[in-house]
Amino acid sequence: MPETAALAGAPRVPLTGWGRTAPTPATLIPVHGEEEARAVLRSRPPRGLVARGLARSYNDAAQNAGGQVLDMTTADRVLDTDPATGEIVVEAGTSLDRLMNLFVPQGWFVPVTPGTRYVTVGGAIAADIHGKNHHIAGTFSQHVSWLDLLTADGEVRRVGPDQDPDLFWATAGGMGLTGVILRACVRMKPIESARILVDTDRTPDLDSLMALLSESDHLYDYSVAWIDCVAKAARMGRSVLTRGRFARRDELPARQQADPLRYHGSVKLSAPNVFPPGLLNLATVAAFNEVWYRKSPKKKRDQLQGIGTFFHPLDSVGEWNRIYGPRGFVQYQFVVPFGQEDALREAMVRISNSGHASFLAVLKRFGEGNPGMLSFPAPGWTLALDIPVVGGLARLLDELDDLVVDAGGKVYLAKDSRVRPEVFERMYPELEKFRAVRARVDPDGVFTSDLARRLSL
Amino acid sequence: MIDALGSVGSLLLVGGTSDIAVATARRYLAERPLRVVVAARDTPRRAAVAEELAAAGARVEVVDFDADDPGSPAKMVAQAAAGGDIDVAVVAFGQLGDPELLRSDADAVGRLAHVNYVAPAVVGTELAGRMRAQGHGVIVALSSVAGERPRASNFVYGSSKAGLDAFYSGLADSLVGSGVSVLVVRPGFVRSKMTEGLADAPLATTPEAVADAIVNGVRKGRHTVWVPGVMRWVMSGLRHTPRAIFRRLPI
Ligand SMILES: Cc1cc2nc3c(=O)[nH]c(=O)nc-3n(C[C@H](O)[C@H](O)[C@H](O)COP(=O)(O)OP(=O)(O)OC[C@H]3O[C@@H](n4cnc5c(N)ncnc54)[C@H](O)[C@@H]3O)c2cc1C
Ligand SMILES: NC(=O)c1ccc[n+]([C@@H]2O[C@H](COP(=O)([O-])OP(=O)(O)OC[C@H]3O[C@@H](n4cnc5c(N)ncnc54)[C@H](OP(=O)(O)O)[C@@H]3O)[C@@H](O)[C@H]2O)c1
Repeated sequence: MPETAALAGAPRVPLTGWGRTAPTPATLIPVHGEEEARAVLRSRPPRGLVARGLARSYNDAAQNAGGQVLDMTTADRVLDTDPATGEIVVEAGTSLDRLMNLFVPQGWFVPVTPGTRYVTVGGAIAADIHGKNHHIAGTFSQHVSWLDLLTADGEVRRVGPDQDPDLFWATAGGMGLTGVILRACVRMKPIESARILVDTDRTPDLDSLMALLSESDHLYDYSVAWIDCVAKAARMGRSVLTRGRFARRDELPARQQADPLRYHGSVKLSAPNVFPPGLLNLATVAAFNEVWYRKSPKKKRDQLQGIGTFFHPLDSVGEWNRIYGPRGFVQYQFVVPFGQEDALREAMVRISNSGHASFLAVLKRFGEGNPGMLSFPAPGWTLALDIPVVGGLARLLDELDDLVVDAGGKVYLAKDSRVRPEVFERMYPELEKFRAVRARVDPDGVFTSDLARRLSL
Repeated sequence: MIDALGSVGSLLLVGGTSDIAVATARRYLAERPLRVVVAARDTPRRAAVAEELAAAGARVEVVDFDADDPGSPAKMVAQAAAGGDIDVAVVAFGQLGDPELLRSDADAVGRLAHVNYVAPAVVGTELAGRMRAQGHGVIVALSSVAGERPRASNFVYGSSKAGLDAFYSGLADSLVGSGVSVLVVRPGFVRSKMTEGLADAPLATTPEAVADAIVNGVRKGRHTVWVPGVMRWVMSGLRHTPRAIFRRLPI
């Protein structure tokens, strides 16, 4: 078959995720439509294949050493829109950035956005991503009416919460291991303006932060806290909490009311590729955090912010992941159930005592979980922090995993690049069910990735 | 897969009964449980090693390997890979040989050259092919400082290690860009089964110290390590010592 020969001859390129760790070579194949994806499947690549979006997963999820990787970002057409309901049908490679550019001016916002808008719809479903509104809106997949999945047999199956729900909930959070998401129908969220009405509170320590969140989170659509992980002892957990909701048109200043949905993505600057290893050390991070905490208002109400400023502050510095230097970094994100605040506190203490510098950690209260078998969010506290790769980190994180799993918690697959497989199994009791669905639709394990191999998923 | 922090998921020990190989597995197992494939001749020692590593938390698989059998390397690598990708392979089999015998017995010289050079080169080729296909992996080859400048007292062994060293150093270069890398390990005198009954040479070390050097070298992506580390400078000195003096050194 000619297409097989073409694939065999294609060069391999080294791929990594956002954390820039553990690169592996694979054949990267741009996919514009279903036929190209099917051709790769038909060639029965011995090392299998997996889809890749904008590679904003921190880890090896969109890598496949020695095998094929489908670059989905070339499939980014909007296929259908329903201005009455806000339902849109898009190809899986469409980015949330593009959706915002297209639909915010029409009064529709994405139902869930992560801390960056440079993710694809396919990646958002495959990782079942959450945003600052998880406590009221759930995950991205909970706003998907259906999706078209190309499975190992070459068939395209339309699945949704009520069409083969098992396959749908294995695909939502399934990290590309059930097949290729080709298209999805997403329910957008109506907005009257492109501005967010924000309340800011500064809290001196972790306990007061948790108390404030428990008391009043339900009053806000969006909520997230940034915690200083370097501060120790009494100041441990000092943080800045920002919460808000989209402003109504009549809440804007008069001059903005004429064009309330005006939106432009911010200009990107790139961090140069010259940061030496070890640039981020405890002293520079502590200094940064001190300034950041002091300059935040103690308490501020009803401040209007743009979408970029409120949701995607890091996107204004393009490739900021390079500041961690050539060794890269990992992100550690876990959730522990409500009632396990001690475990959260203990984790914070161990992180700040370890001296492994991290700029800021993000803390959020999750709402209800969903049936996604490998979906991450569950009722409780989630903490996420970036840590540069240094010696001794493997042991610290293994110990934190033990603490988390003993508290009934888990780590997030879109971020994890080092959990032990046997610990992962304890964190995700539905893994067996996920494996059963995969065995049904992909008995030979054609869809696979470095992540899948590392964790024996 | 070797993860972002360098933790290893599966280890193949070729010459799985070697003291250095076993110490390396134990060193990895002290960090995390992992899959260990013990490739060795079918001996009581092999069974004991398998049991010991399982007790230390390994998921052990045992595979036959005999360096004297030309068909063995291909079969061994295929069987080891049947259970999943190989992250790190340690090529640790080898023999010291009896210098007295080797001085005059040409057959013995041929056999030693086979075990210490030919078979490791064949194994290295099989491993490299496998790992190139899987797109990742590290091959660790046990060379020796004896190969850096063979001495009159054991030059047959030294020359076979020189060949092995050159093979794996060249293999490393040929694998650039494939996702696969090679670590060449050059220990000095190690107190192991191999040197049992011999008097310690200067800077004598232990299998555990070699294991540490291997684990750290793999984690840091090094290409060559000496054990102990100062051996590097000692050997660099010896390499440049005039022959007349070198010959008379009591080493
Ligand atoms: C700065 C930053 C902030 C972030 N904030 C958050 C956050 O707040 N909340 C959150 O949940 N996540 C967050 N993330 C993580 C990010 O949202 C997820 O990793 C997301 O999956 C990335 O999408 P992507 O398009 O880049 O996918 P990739 O990283 O390319 O791939 C991720 C996974 O999706 C699979 N995949 C991609 N496309 C398809 C497809 N078409 N079909 C099948 N499988 C596919 C891949 O195989 C892979 O397993 C953040 C990441 C960054 C860098
Ligand atoms: N010890 C030192 O001073 C020293 C110094 C530098 C380098 N090295 C090198 O390090 C490596 C490991 O040595 P070690 O110190 O761990 O010694 P060891 O314990 O004696 O290990 C050598 C192993 O090689 C195996 N072997 C020998 N001939 C074989 C064959 N034909 N087929 C299959 N396996 C065979 C033996 O397995 P069986 O159980 O089947 O006999 C033995 O377990 C060797 O390559 C050695 O040359 C050693």
